[in-house]
Amino acid sequence: MGKTLVEKIWDAHVVKSDVGFPDILYIDTHFIHEVTSPQAFDGLRKRGLPLFRPKQTIATADHNVPTLHQDQPIKEELSRLQVDMLTRNCAEYGIELYGLGHPFQGIVHVIGPELGITLPGATIVCGDSHTSTHGAFGCIAFGIGTSQVEQVMATQCLLQQRPKTMKIEVNGHLGAGVTSKDIILYIISKISAAGGTGYFIEYAGSTIQALSMEARMTICNMSIEMGARGGLIAPDETTFDYVKGREFAPKGEQWDLALSKWKSLYSDEDAVFDQVLTFDATDIEPMITYGTNPGMGMGITQHIPSSSSQALSEQPSFEKALNYMGIEADAPLLGKEIDYVFIGSCTNSRIEDLRQVAEFVYGKTKSPNVIAWIVPGSKQVEQQAIAEGLDKVFEAAGFQLREPGCSACLGMNEDKIPADKYCVSTSNRNFEGRQGPNSRTFLASPLTAAAAAITGKITDVRALMVENAYV
Amino acid sequence: MKKFIELTSTVVPLPNENVDTDQIIPARFLKATTREGFGDNLFCDWRYDAQRQIKPDFVLNNPTYSGKILVAGKNFGCGSSREHAAWAIQDYGFDVVISSFFADIFKGNALNNGLLPIQVSDEFLQKIFVAVYHDAATQINVNLVEQTITLLSSGDQAHFDINAYKKSCLINGYDDIDFILNQRKAIEEYEDRLAL
Ligand code: SF4
Repeated sequence: MGKTLVEKIWDAHVVKSDVGFPDILYIDTHFIHEVTSPQAFDGLRKRGLPLFRPKQTIATADHNVPTLHQDQPIKEELSRLQVDMLTRNCAEYGIELYGLGHPFQGIVHVIGPELGITLPGATIVCGDSHTSTHGAFGCIAFGIGTSQVEQVMATQCLLQQRPKTMKIEVNGHLGAGVTSKDIILYIISKISAAGGTGYFIEYAGSTIQALSMEARMTICNMSIEMGARGGLIAPDETTFDYVKGREFAPKGEQWDLALSKWKSLYSDEDAVFDQVLTFDATDIEPMITYGTNPGMGMGITQHIPSSSSQALSEQPSFEKALNYMGIEADAPLLGKEIDYVFIGSCTNSRIEDLRQVAEFVYGKTKSPNVIAWIVPGSKQVEQQAIAEGLDKVFEAAGFQLREPGCSACLGMNEDKIPADKYCVSTSNRNFEGRQGPNSRTFLASPLTAAAAAITGKITDVRALMVENAYV
Repeated sequence: MKKFIELTSTVVPLPNENVDTDQIIPARFLKATTREGFGDNLFCDWRYDAQRQIKPDFVLNNPTYSGKILVAGKNFGCGSSREHAAWAIQDYGFDVVISSFFADIFKGNALNNGLLPIQVSDEFLQKIFVAVYHDAATQINVNLVEQTITLLSSGDQAHFDINAYKKSCLINGYDDIDFILNQRKAIEEYEDRLAL
């Protein structure tokens, strides 16, 4: 019997597999950031252990950093202490750190791929659930807790149960104004925020194959929002073209050798998945979430479901969510006035996202009632955007291009959405208070977010695209 | 790691579904660099208003309910990988969380810290809620060795699953690192094989 891609990569990384015990899985690359690493370093120290493989560990500061005036010290004391502690820990243990001010600094899941550190066939972990992003390159990448961060630091390995596998196929052409963010929000709305629990998901089908690397990363990024351990896409020419020539990607003979290995990274024809789901791309319209988990999403022209359409046991949570959001069941969201637009986060802050937004807002101006932030995922993305003149386009349209970091994705740094305000956000979580205490989040694609910034309301981006065609 | 063998306690009911780790411990409290003290901010935005005044209608502020067992609706612990969520629940004083479904990473984090996540059927979960709302003094017995959970008022009992390896870790109070450190030789051999 053939093997799935996950099984191929997994088997190649099993150090030891004993009946009755989890597998010992070798980890090729370990990313760390300031929030989930301090207690792990402490643990190492308490046990008197060295870092087992410092060269396979890469650090950046992203969650706590301000996105304005990064050349100045961080104002917020606890954030500064956490970032300083990362700097000290990295110095003590000999870890490469792309901290504030470094040209490679950025959100951990943006810099790994753009630097060519994330490679097909690898095992990659980080104390951060969106590590699933890296799976877009055809690798096993998943988020871990701090105790496991310590485990990897101590041994470059993790004790792991072999996961179940799921294949999600999407076939057909995407309509105008529909992006990879809409694909993944659509899938999550169909299978719920828990529908992928326990699985590694392989995304396949003609729609997925036609996507750019950036768009694939957006899809894999949100695998965790259905509860999946990770998501991945078999590498192909698109992948190899993206990786080739990047800072730390293999070069010369090494490249040829790597490429020949990577070409065997696909699920065999006769491989058996524990579950297979198929979707039709033509069914997908621009998506928006209305509730307080990423599974509560719908097509932008649709009405919010009624409470009675939910299972009886789920009705109280459903009503609580709508109440928190200040919206009514059965009503449409189109035309709903909003206050903030956040374009950023490890889901949608890559150069392609920024280009798409710039192209759309070119010649338009944002609504005066909306504050619109664009936060690049990394210093490199920021520099590229400026080199291409996108900053001028954003400025003319009234959008503020800030400096790289997690920003308003998680309400941890200075960028927060105020209580009761509505934000159309390209990030990945609409949980209560995620963007700041009592903030209200509508998740959407960069295009849908940009359209909302222009009109000041939740808008079907396709309507504005048609308008454009007549100008 | 803290050992766990058996516990009998009253419970705190939290019937909400999809309780995510941003509710358990909001990101703005993740700036601490030690593992202690997160219990003060467990469910912070449900427990306190913006002026940090107590919200009396939230269950942790209701003196009727107390105990070392938290009982929650399905898909508990979804969202971020922050282990701080498990630390906060434990630091507050819970040793067990019962739900009909747990998010993966949360479950792993809990087990790595000696906090026992117990998955029961939807029906058994409802039985617990009904019993607790009927009588807040209802006690539950959790026996890890037997893998049973028992509603002492009615005698209703359910069996729960736990990975045999994780079970022995909890009972003996040792963790994954203790285990994996003994495997360094195998790890180095693996690296040597790769280098060939
Ligand atoms: S951008 Fe948001 S989701 Fe991504 S790593 Fe940062 S905080 Fe996490």
